[in-house]
Amino acid sequence: MQKQAIFQSKLLPYALVAPQLAIVLIFFYWPALQAVIQSFLLQDAFGLSTSFVWFDNYLELLKDRAYFEAIVRTFFFSFAIAVSSLSFALLLAVMADKPLRGSMLYRTLLIWPYAVAPPVVGVLWIFMLHPSLGVLSRYLRALGIDWNPMLDGDQAAALIILAAAWKQISYNFLFFLAGLQSIPRSVLEAAAIDGARPMRRFWTVTFPLLSPTIFFLLVVNIVYAFFDTFGIIDTMTRGGPGTSTVTLVYKVYSDGLLGGNLGSSAAQSVILMIMVIVLTGIQFRFVERKVTY
Amino acid sequence: MVEEEGFRRYVAHIILWIGIAIVAFPVYIAIVASTQDNALIANGQMSLLPGGHFLQTYYQTIFVGTSGSTREPVGNMMLNSLVMALLIAVGKIAISIISAYAIVYFRFPFRMPIFWIIFITLMLPVEVRIYPTYKIVADLHMLDSYAGLSLPLIASATATLLFRQFFMTVPDELLEASRIDGAGPFRFFWDTLLPLSRTNMAALFVILFILGWNQYLWPLLITTRDDMQTIQIGIRKMITTTDALTEWPIVMATAVLAMLPPVFVVVVMQKLFVRGLVETEK
Repeated sequence: MQKQAIFQSKLLPYALVAPQLAIVLIFFYWPALQAVIQSFLLQDAFGLSTSFVWFDNYLELLKDRAYFEAIVRTFFFSFAIAVSSLSFALLLAVMADKPLRGSMLYRTLLIWPYAVAPPVVGVLWIFMLHPSLGVLSRYLRALGIDWNPMLDGDQAAALIILAAAWKQISYNFLFFLAGLQSIPRSVLEAAAIDGARPMRRFWTVTFPLLSPTIFFLLVVNIVYAFFDTFGIIDTMTRGGPGTSTVTLVYKVYSDGLLGGNLGSSAAQSVILMIMVIVLTGIQFRFVERKVTY
Repeated sequence: MVEEEGFRRYVAHIILWIGIAIVAFPVYIAIVASTQDNALIANGQMSLLPGGHFLQTYYQTIFVGTSGSTREPVGNMMLNSLVMALLIAVGKIAISIISAYAIVYFRFPFRMPIFWIIFITLMLPVEVRIYPTYKIVADLHMLDSYAGLSLPLIASATATLLFRQFFMTVPDELLEASRIDGAGPFRFFWDTLLPLSRTNMAALFVILFILGWNQYLWPLLITTRDDMQTIQIGIRKMITTTDALTEWPIVMATAVLAMLPPVFVVVVMQKLFVRGLVETEK
């Protein structure tokens, strides 16, 4: 993949890539390198001396119960957010794919939440489900549920998952709709001629043909749940009550903020970096080109 | 043959409207709450219908801010968010399009390594390098500045990739033709390539503007002065104080104002938005 027609110049191309290269080296590679170096160092309590400790910071983390819980929690959140948001979005997309009057209007009315920032999503949902003044909490209490996400960790987790899944519906809907529209009508018609009822047509024809889109969205949703939920968690629960809504990203932030353990915070960053590399690798290795828009 | 009979269509309409209601409900509540009296909301007596404090609340929110927690006019926060979003969107497009131009239209030593160096930044989101990046920005004295808010986020592997992909599809004849006309690299870029890239740039701009406006973690770290806060940070600080003191109508008005620009962009420029979204994910 190379152009045949090109310009000849010795310095100009370097000048053109220089701005991007400078930013990337100063603000991306240098800090990432610092994180890796920092993760092998241990500072004493007063910050006066540092010593090289090999993998001690990592071993500490692996032994740390709180860190283990944060890993499990992050994966659980990702799974719950992805499954709930994907299934609801798929239902809506299948409905919107039908030849209905006003289908463009439906699309417009369903995609705008993509533009709502995570911290705003957090504020909207905590207000509706606030234990003392939330409009929905009244109904939950009327149903006999002792609703208090400020005290109950499981309820707080449910709240985060609900809000995060809500925001992601529009994105998933849009890609599902594009995926559905790229399925050739003739295949569905052939199935119909063979006597397959609509439900059967969906599970035996549409769903398998949609699997590349589903896989792509699954990866995107997991990345979203890992990183973009930070704003939601920070405005809703600040990781609380206790540590019941602390995810891996939130832990890097809060551990470093307290200023306590820079080495541990750096080691956590490096572990996260490895996870991102794996996720991005999966995305490019298996998803690229197979998804049809 | 696959045309739906009346009943099924009816069900589809109903399910879609239920979906729309679920998606819109939180925002409806926010709008309603922003027009009501704080005492009523604090008592858990909030009505589900709009109240009469619309003008008063929004006036106070935009020009004065809360009386308790942040005391910063939200209008000013919106201005900060706007400047940051524009700098990020325009900056990313500008530096990406010129690096893609260099990579596609020139042969030079280290061309591919440079491409990979840019590409790999995909795997280094700000979340994994929070504190070291903060330290660099602090050392460069860029805390509490627009440069600090935007510069560290301005590199873009996706935009570079997108422009590279697009330039590869531009026919070679165009370059040969403009060379016959005596055009050098600058003229060709400015007169031929840039006009051709207009739709791509617009689609990318829509996505990047939303991305920039919605930044949270980074501004949270590097802004300490109240007058440099973006709206996303401002709204968090408003609910920091003890619950009883939170001025909910103002918080909800701020939430509505924070949603307004990006949602407007999505709805009005829907075609470009969808195109940008699909292309940046490729």
